[in-house]
Amino acid sequence: MTEPSAAPLLSVRHVGKQYDRHTAVSDVSFDIPAGCIFGLLGPNGAGKTSLIRIITQITAPDKGEVLFKGERLNPSHISRIGYLPEERGLYKKMQVGEQLVYLARLKGMAKSEAVRRINTWLDKLDFKGQAQKNVEDLSKGMQQKVQFIATVLHEPELLILDEPFSGFDPINANLIKDEILELRRKGTTIIFSTHRMESVEELCDHIALLNRSRKILDGPVKDVRNSFRTSTYEILGTSPSPPILAHPDFHVVAQERLPDNHFRLTAQLLNGVQLNVLLRYLIEKTPAQISSVHELIPSINDIFIRTVRESEAALVTA
Amino acid sequence: MEKIWLIFQREYLTRVRKKSFVVMTLVGPLLLAAAFAIPIWLATSDDDRVTVRVLDESGKLGQLTSADSSYRFVPVAPPLAAAKLGLKEQKGTVLLYAPPTLSLDNPAGLQLFTEANLGLDQQLGLEKLLRRQVEQLRLRRSGIDETVLAAARVTDLDLKTTRLDASGGEKDDNAGLVVALGYGGALLIYLFTFLYGVQVMRGVTEEKTNRIVEVMISSVRPFQLMMGKILGIAAVGLTQFALWVVLSYGVTTALASQFGIDKIPAVQQTNRAQTALAAEAADTGSGATVGGASATAKAAAMSEQDAGTAQKAKFAGVWSQVKAVNWGTLLAVFVFYFLGGYLLYAALFGAVGAAVDAETDAQQFMMPITMPLILSFIIAQTAVINNPNGPVAVWMSLIPFTSPIVMTMRIPFGGVPAWQLALSMTLLVLGFVGTTWLAGRIYRVGILLYGKKPTFKELGKWLFYKG
Repeated sequence: MTEPSAAPLLSVRHVGKQYDRHTAVSDVSFDIPAGCIFGLLGPNGAGKTSLIRIITQITAPDKGEVLFKGERLNPSHISRIGYLPEERGLYKKMQVGEQLVYLARLKGMAKSEAVRRINTWLDKLDFKGQAQKNVEDLSKGMQQKVQFIATVLHEPELLILDEPFSGFDPINANLIKDEILELRRKGTTIIFSTHRMESVEELCDHIALLNRSRKILDGPVKDVRNSFRTSTYEILGTSPSPPILAHPDFHVVAQERLPDNHFRLTAQLLNGVQLNVLLRYLIEKTPAQISSVHELIPSINDIFIRTVRESEAALVTA
Repeated sequence: MEKIWLIFQREYLTRVRKKSFVVMTLVGPLLLAAAFAIPIWLATSDDDRVTVRVLDESGKLGQLTSADSSYRFVPVAPPLAAAKLGLKEQKGTVLLYAPPTLSLDNPAGLQLFTEANLGLDQQLGLEKLLRRQVEQLRLRRSGIDETVLAAARVTDLDLKTTRLDASGGEKDDNAGLVVALGYGGALLIYLFTFLYGVQVMRGVTEEKTNRIVEVMISSVRPFQLMMGKILGIAAVGLTQFALWVVLSYGVTTALASQFGIDKIPAVQQTNRAQTALAAEAADTGSGATVGGASATAKAAAMSEQDAGTAQKAKFAGVWSQVKAVNWGTLLAVFVFYFLGGYLLYAALFGAVGAAVDAETDAQQFMMPITMPLILSFIIAQTAVINNPNGPVAVWMSLIPFTSPIVMTMRIPFGGVPAWQLALSMTLLVLGFVGTTWLAGRIYRVGILLYGKKPTFKELGKWLFYKG
């Protein structure tokens, strides 16, 4: 895995887009470091697709600008970007191989090169003798794979995947996930747009969170999660009677008795005290035997829900 | 440009490879042959002959005959009631009743009884026939001999039009041929624009509902996608027409040789007709100097002058007029308007396809597009044929939306000033650029919007969206 280099591959600067009376994107800025997987998150209708359409130059922003490697976006960048839209579609009456060649050539590839790479990809993704079939005769999962191949075939520097796993069974989803990681290893920068959070933590290095056309959060996943830490720890152990935390620096979030005198304690540290203080208290002031301690860092899903709620509340009070 | 070419190829190849294309290409010439053969076959068969049962109680009508045998007259016996009953039994006949009060001076009271309504043509024809019959009877009563009358009757007058062209030369002209040429051209443009314009619309809607457009649009501009499609479908249409022409020619030739209609009589006919023409020319162009020669030629031509040769001479006349038509210019102008008209409308059809989600929603937007097309075709058949250089024809042959059809209709008549043609062509090119621009803007926005059916007001707004 390559470390993200300092220079961003893509910079979104104060981008705004207005449709009729509806604001799709409003003053959104963030940088996407080269070689990372960037999660573009947000609930439905937050403006993800509108923003992607600006990056892929399907539409132009009303305000602001997008820089690709420091250059203002222009048509020469189109062939360096691969886009897998959420709404998938292929020509149904066209053969798989033929269709892929067509789409590759539209991206500016030579025919022979396209054919060579298509064959490699078809082998990789288990298309055994299905290249001659019409797209409409394939299963939905296979059609999705064709679409994926079409997106990555021209080896774009920036790959934009809008909900790439929808429509895949777990086995194929894994296959695609491995390919995505492989592409990152080779240096491709990937924008991964989704509202399904469980896939985010495994894949993404950076995230930006959009809600109601605005960016409400962005940064490296680690930093974002750290910034949402609440000094809450989960402690497992055994004790003849449940340990009682009667101390102003500790706040018991939850306590649970488990079979065989086991307990699970969730406690938050207040007033900036360290974990050691809690542990010392437990060891010295209670009969508890501690077997494990770990910090409860909020998942991206929690952060997502919490931030969206907070921003909604801010909108209501504003 | 390269991308338009790629899209063009795909649109062309996928369509041409379709079974429906192959079937239409093979069936087309047969349909065309049928379209010509069936009316002829119907016309030659005797089935539409009307049997008129005549009950003449006045005894004044005389022997009725029909010159072209489209009516058959059968006398029936009185009384009227019985004749009426007879009419009921004999299907497909009509009963003509002349009351006893009828006289040649007062032919009122003639009555026609029918089971089913007679066609308008048949009724008018019968009326004319009866009028002539009464006329003849009156003439005979006045003592005028029929042979005298026949000799006095003029039958062979045919107005020969000669057009003076710009260089001062003379050209034979024939309104019938001119109308046929113009009408044929206009019809082709009308059909082609409609059939293939709708295909453009359908193709765009299909891409939109398939969602393929999302993938396409990230590698090509909407405008390229639209142009590639429009041009590709135009090429499909041209291919189909070209194949039809070749196949039709093949089929007719094959049929002709099958039924032993060889080409020699036609050649002889032309030769003979040319002699006749020469005679005519000598006759009109003669002075005292070549009088003798002209007289001989005329005599030679006249010696052959039975009804058949006269007809052949007429055919030759048409043939010479066919040759007199400036085919090069005509074809060039036709191809220009054919393509120009198609491109102008196809862009608009494409925009409609982009604006709607399903074909069924397209009706509302089709209206303003099809209106000028249909209007110009109607105008071409009426106002332009009646007065090819009148104000209606001139104006409509300048406006880009109507000019392809109207100008194609006007051109064979001649007399279109060069400036009008140039202006009309320029306006058509500008019109095409304009509609393509307009359609491109609508296309760009519409193709990515799903769900809601837009209104005209919204379409207007789309024109001014940025990007």
